[in-house]
This record gives sequence, structure tokens and C-alpha cells, in this order.
Amino acid sequence: MALECDVTSCCPAVPGWSQLPGPGDPQQGLGMAWGWDLEKEVVKFRKKLKESLPGSDWDPLGTTKGLPPEQADVVIVGGGVMGWSVAYWLKALEPRRDALRVVVIEKDPTYSRASTVLSAGGIRQQFSVPENIQMSLYSAFFLRTINEHLGVVNEPPVDIQFNPSGYLFLASEDGAAKLENNVRIQRAEGAEVSLLSPAQLKKKYPWINTDGVAVASYGLENEGWFDPWSLLNAFRRKAMSMGVYQCFGEVISFTVSSREIMMPEGELTFSRINYVRVQMPNSLEYQPVECSLVVNAAGPWSRKLAEMAGVGIGPPDTQEGIKLPVEPRKRYIFVWHCPDGPGLDCPILVDTTGAYFRREGLGGNYLGGLSPAEEEEPDIQDLEVDHDFFQEKIWPYLAHRVPVFESLKVKSAWAGYYDYNTFDQNAVLGPHPLVENMLFITGFSGHGLQQSPAAGRAVAELILEGKFKTINVEKFSFQRFISGEQVLERNIV
Amino acid sequence: RQCGAFTRRPYGSGTSPDPQKGGILQYLCNWFCDIEYLVGWSAKLRYRNLRRKNAYYGYTKDIYGDNVAAAFFVLSHRGRVRFQGQETWFCPDQRGKYSSDFLQLRDVPVVAIDLTGSVLNYDGLDNLVKLTALKSLDLSHCLHIDDWTLSRLHVFKDSLEELSLAGCPQVTERGLACLHQLEHLRRLDLSHLPSVATPGLIRILVEEMLPGCEVVGLGPRDGLAPISGTQTSRDGREEPSVPSEDRRAGEIPA
Repeated sequence: MALECDVTSCCPAVPGWSQLPGPGDPQQGLGMAWGWDLEKEVVKFRKKLKESLPGSDWDPLGTTKGLPPEQADVVIVGGGVMGWSVAYWLKALEPRRDALRVVVIEKDPTYSRASTVLSAGGIRQQFSVPENIQMSLYSAFFLRTINEHLGVVNEPPVDIQFNPSGYLFLASEDGAAKLENNVRIQRAEGAEVSLLSPAQLKKKYPWINTDGVAVASYGLENEGWFDPWSLLNAFRRKAMSMGVYQCFGEVISFTVSSREIMMPEGELTFSRINYVRVQMPNSLEYQPVECSLVVNAAGPWSRKLAEMAGVGIGPPDTQEGIKLPVEPRKRYIFVWHCPDGPGLDCPILVDTTGAYFRREGLGGNYLGGLSPAEEEEPDIQDLEVDHDFFQEKIWPYLAHRVPVFESLKVKSAWAGYYDYNTFDQNAVLGPHPLVENMLFITGFSGHGLQQSPAAGRAVAELILEGKFKTINVEKFSFQRFISGEQVLERNIV
Repeated sequence: RQCGAFTRRPYGSGTSPDPQKGGILQYLCNWFCDIEYLVGWSAKLRYRNLRRKNAYYGYTKDIYGDNVAAAFFVLSHRGRVRFQGQETWFCPDQRGKYSSDFLQLRDVPVVAIDLTGSVLNYDGLDNLVKLTALKSLDLSHCLHIDDWTLSRLHVFKDSLEELSLAGCPQVTERGLACLHQLEHLRRLDLSHLPSVATPGLIRILVEEMLPGCEVVGLGPRDGLAPISGTQTSRDGREEPSVPSEDRRAGEIPA
């Protein structure tokens, strides 16, 4: 700090004076007689002067760094790929430059528990709901032209390292009709998917054991896997270059104002979020951010955030009492090595049992996992990996389907959270009917990353234009929890 | 924070890179918003031009059919095209002019296309995907062919016998993985692919993936810079005779 310390250099007292040089010492400059190196002192003085002038970091009163602005138009809670996607699209689609002040608030700067970065990174169009297929197709188009969208001047181009190897879904006798129906829907939406009989499957991929497989569907284009961290950073870099504020902090509460309105079905409480209280990391200090819209992109923790705004707080049989049905579910991914495994043409294979795996790199490594049954859901307290799950549940299925996987060696594993929608395993997009200015973009149940560009665009269009323009995702609104209509996604991995 | 022209942008394009490396334009971009926008617009204009050049020849397709439309597309990109049953290739001359004889060959399928050095990209393939009898496709030195484009080549799986991707800078091993669909492929030219990191290993994997196909290129010395002292090969074992990176120029080896 400039003024606090270092008296010795300003007034060359003890250290400089104690070593008086001799007359014949050749290394002294001007002022040598006083043991005072003039050049060094001049440099130090100039440095201190520069620090004390305006435009430097010096701050005598000690303001906290990293506080969000006191007022913002849109506050996005959650700095994962969804939050940054909404931030980017808000800036890309806004009618005038700097029309909106957008702040993205993220709890964890290291992203150690973020679902985005722990994801396997797959993208597929093989869904059963047409809107899901359209969102994935749009996202594939976005990822293909990512440098046109997210390229920043004079920065290196974005490389998400996309592997266009496709998804291969296997179906047994029971699921064959469902699979063929799904493929019909997918083709109608424009996805390139082919159906394979067991004989064709065996010919194409000799390492598969086709026992128990009645039909398979293979995505020919726009399917594969990529690096989620690169996508997140690309969104973040571009959004910040367009003026989005990033704040690391935790939302502790909302300041909500509400009023009761008599509706035909009874008295309802409509509320508005006026302030968002953001607490700084490792500190008790918080900043109330005055905002007009809050976007809930908190992923697995969306329900907790929604409850802060009053969503789900109320008598169970009323509209106020309907909670956001999104909860964290822990999913494991295991990485193993198998020397004679499937080669370069290995797709993401999803077995009849739900176990999936894909090739990772070129060294004979594979990664995969399995979504457990409802009653066997692991504890969500932490992200510890249960290796017995692989031994008992995943390995038998893998070894049955791919005989070479009988001898494999697990190299590592990690766990991450799905923001699992317990109602129908599909996204929640759009506003809450009672909390007027909270919008949801959560509940993707494992297929969020691949729909993030499309979902972000949908919510940004809703904010800026009032309706969905590119893809109509009205189906995924919060209203369906109130009316009870499920939009079931049958093809969940 | 932003007040019109000539303001320094605090949240501007990432970190400020070294001005000496980028030159005067880089320096100006870092200091002035307007220059940054102009550079951004010129990039957008380049993308738009590329899209225009790869536009879909729908009108020609409606009138003359898929094969003639594809031939027209190829010829207007200064490529060469050959029809079934014909020995000679249709190609434009020095000044880009070509005869319209190919318009007579309405229902004759196209069997060979040579688009070396063209600006073909993912969208441009719209013009070629309907060619069911295509046997030979030469896409060497096309700068805009990337992994996504390769994933579209599955439409030729029943007929394509020869494919050349030599010298395409955006093709990586991830795109090569989706060539397994081309079952009838006999010859695959993969020389001088600078973005493929470990050519020797990829060659082995591609040969395993396509057993009946002859893979040209991707040898141990393929695609690397000529021996001049600074070698950027990732796998040091592939080049035992090349001087290593940490030896300074002019130093006598120990």
C-alpha cells in the first residue's frame, strides 16, 4: 500500500544509512556520499505517485471487490451454461446496444460442483418430444456455427472439440415399437436417424453382442459429444465482451412485495421480486441488487432459490403451494481402460438397460454410466463416488453387451448432479404464474447442456419480445405443474 | 462507462495481447471500440460471403434435376465433374468459363467430382447430397471443410469409392471417426492434415475402422514442418532424427 508502510524508502533512515560506502567504491551513483541510491529511489517514488493518482487500484477505505452493481435490469442466478447462454442471447438480441444491464451471479468460482462441467457432454436429437428435438437441432446448428456467434475479435477461435460419432440406442422386444415411433417423430422434425436390424448392427459394429436387441437407432448427423467447459467459457467470454457483469456471490434472499387479488378461482397472492440480496464469498457482507427480472438458472438448486421467492410456500392444495419439482440427483461417470475395445467408430451406445458408454480419446479409454432406478437413488449430500455401483450395476450390463469389456480397468470416476424434474423429466422454461418476474430455465434432467443455446435463446426472446419466436416451447411452462399435464420425455439417459 | 467514440472498453475483448504480435490493428482494436467493431464487421462479412458462395442452387435443381444442378455448382466453383459413361471431365478454363454441354445430360448420374481448393463448406454440400452414384470425391485443400462437414458424407455410403481430404486444415481425427459409414471406400487420401495430432496412431485406427480401404498419407513424416530446427511434433518418438525443440540454433549437440 502506498502510504502505510515503507517509511524507510521515503526517508532513507536505518537500512540505507547504516552502510556508508567508502570513497573508492565504483558502483555508487549520484548522492553516494549519503548511502542513498538516487536512481532506485526515483523509480520507487514514481511508482508510488502513480499508485496514488486516480486510475489506480489504491483504496484507503477498503471497498469490497467483486460486488454486483446496485441496480440491474436482469439478474441471472446461476453461472452455468444455461445462465451464460441467457446472458449471451439477451445481449445478442437486445434492440439497442446496452439496452439491458445483465448481471450473472455464480456461487462457486471454481465450478467444482457445477453440472455443466461434470457432464459427459453429449448432444443428440433422439428424443420423443418434438420441441426437444427442435431445441437439439437448433443447438447443433449453433455449435456448428459457433465462431460466427461467439467469436470475439482478436481472440483465438472457439473449439468445442466436437466428435460427430452419433448416438446408438438399442431396444429390446418391449421397447422396439416405442423406438420406432420415436424415430418417426424425429425424422418428421428433420433429424437424420436410421434404424438398424440386429444383423446390420452386427455387421457394422462386430464388437456388439446383439443378444436381446430387436432394433437399434443410430443418429447420422448432428449427434456426438463435445467439451462442455469450452462452450461455457465461450459463452462467458462473448457475453462479458458485450457488457454482461459477472459476480461471484450467493443469493441469500429476495425482497418480495406482494398483493392479494381476487380471481374467479379464489384469492391469489401475486408477488414481485424487488431486490436480490447477494452475499459475497467468505464474508457476511451482502449487496441488495435492485432488479426487474430474475432468471432462475440455478440448476439442481433451483427449488431452494424459488422458495426464497415464495414459490411453493403455502397451503398444499393451492396454487401458491405448488413447489418447483426440480431436485438434485447424483449421477456417476466412470472412466475405464480396455485395450481391445471398440475403435474409432465407437458411438455413444445406450443399452436396452439404460447403461451408456462412449470412447474417450484415442488410448483405449471409455467413459460411461447408468441412471439408477428410482428406489436406488444415491445420497445427494456430497459428490463422493460409489465404486460398487459400477461393479454391481454397470459392469454386468456392459460386459453382456460388449464382450471385450469383461476385462477392463476402472481408471477414475466422478459424480455430478442432474437438475432432475421429478414431474416429467423435461425442462421448465418461462415465468411463474404468481411470482411475476421470476423466469425458470431449469429442470433439464440430464439433457440441459445440449439444449442450452436453444433454451437460452427462448428465454431471451421471452424477455425481450414477450413470446417465443424461434422455437415454441410453451409446452414447458410452469403452468403444467398446476394443471397436472405431464410432457413426458421417454428417452432419458 | 461507454460514451460514444474512441473510448477504452473495460470489458473489451478478453485480455490485451501483446501489441507487437498483432501489429498496429491489434493495438488500435485494444484501445478503440470503433476499430474493434469494424474488425468484427469485416469478420461477419467474410462469413456472409462464404454462405453466399455456398448457396443452394434450388432453381437449377427444379429445372434440370439433381445431377445437372450439382455439376453446375461444381463448375461455378472452378471444380471438375465427370458423368457416368463419359471419359472426359467437364472443367472450366483459365478464365473460369465452361461450356454448357453438361445441360444435355439431364438423367446421367455424376460419378466423380473434383473440388480441390474450393470454398465448399457444410452448407455447400446441400447441392451434392442427392448424388446417389458418386464414386469419387476430391476435397483436397478445401479450407472450410471441417468435422461437421465430414459427418454429412454418410449419404454417399453406398457408392463412394474414393475420397481425398488432403491438406484440409480444419479436419481433425474426430471428424475422421465418422467416415466409418463409407463402406465401399477403397482409397482415402489423408495427407497433410495439420490438425491431426498423432498421424501414425490415427492411420492405424482408420485402417482398422475401414478394413477394405487403402489409406494414403498420415505417415510418420506426413504433415509436419520441414526439418529446420523447430519441430512441433507432439509425439517425440515419431521423429528420432529430427533435432529436438530445446536445442538452440547453432548449438553443437552433446
